[in-house]
Amino acid sequence: MIYLELFLSFAKIGVMTFGGGYAMLPIIQREIVEKKKWVTEADVMDYYAIGQCTPGVIAVNTATFTGRHIAGDLGGICATAGVVFPSIIIITLIAALIRGFAHIRAVQDALAGIRVCVCVLVFNAVLKMWKKAVVDKVTLVLYLAILIASVFFDASPILMVVIAAAAGLLVKGRAKA
Amino acid sequence: MTLYLKLFWEFFKAGLFAIGGGMATVPFLQEISRKTGWYTAGDLADMIAVSESTPGPIGVNMATYVGYTTAQRQAGPVFGILGGILSTVGLVMPSVIIILIIARFLEKFRENRYVNAAMYGLRAASVALISSAGISIVFIAVFGVNSIDEWRQAVIDYRCFLLAALILILTRWVPKVRDMHPILFIIASAVIGIVFHMSVPL
Repeated sequence: MIYLELFLSFAKIGVMTFGGGYAMLPIIQREIVEKKKWVTEADVMDYYAIGQCTPGVIAVNTATFTGRHIAGDLGGICATAGVVFPSIIIITLIAALIRGFAHIRAVQDALAGIRVCVCVLVFNAVLKMWKKAVVDKVTLVLYLAILIASVFFDASPILMVVIAAAAGLLVKGRAKA
Repeated sequence: MTLYLKLFWEFFKAGLFAIGGGMATVPFLQEISRKTGWYTAGDLADMIAVSESTPGPIGVNMATYVGYTTAQRQAGPVFGILGGILSTVGLVMPSVIIILIIARFLEKFRENRYVNAAMYGLRAASVALISSAGISIVFIAVFGVNSIDEWRQAVIDYRCFLLAALILILTRWVPKVRDMHPILFIIASAVIGIVFHMSVPL
């Protein structure tokens, strides 16, 4: 039952993610690229790039893309339902039962440790992707330019994605002579 | 009934217009608070804090939290659950529809030279943007400041460096250990965080 499998896999990813869509990347690589082999590393990069310039939560976009790729529109919906399912359960329980959850000392301490770990895991994940995306001089220049623009100048990610797509078209899109 | 429709609709709008990840929904949540009075700015600060400290995408966590709290205050806990679910469905519905349409388009033009050329540029951009997000988490997690502009206030906490170095070595160079599931490193780091009271600066 592929729909159930998609739901469960993405529920697993949802429960293991602390932070935004980026924190999910190492888990996604492990669960759906390496273990299930549902999509390739390059597919995930495409999903993230598209997720940057479409509405909504990136984690949800990636789930919808992967689910649809494996089992059509219904697959996309099942994967998405899976990725939000743990949030609904956990947040409802906390909202109903625990007052001031985020101010509990142990929660803050645990989170401080988790953040450091997520940094390193994202670094490893990025390194893997980097080798597949930065393949020549053009992509190296694009990579460095966009990194600098977004770290130091807070450039709009949508603008960066549009420029990169245009640059790709200019370099690779021309008809062969 | 109208409350649930309103919750769904407000989050549907947030899902449709917030571009670029979970934190992009925060301004929309502020707008909802101002317009409806469902919750205060202080409530929202708490909801963001809880959403950041629990598993799951932050935007989804916030939608569930706001939906539950709002409906629960007006109609009790059972209806709170319904409110949380409806808000979350509202938030993700626009992006699910849009992504399904884009995926159909991509599939159709998979062999198209122009689509492939654009993707070649896009992947470099994608990795650059993820790297940039990674750098900003380093500033928050390791140096205790919110962005690179605040580097003068950066605090050097050797515990963070030691933990980062340890995980880096384990995940890259130690055979067998490096193939372990990422969640194990996350759990171990949470335990280390608690043992060494890592949220309290030295």
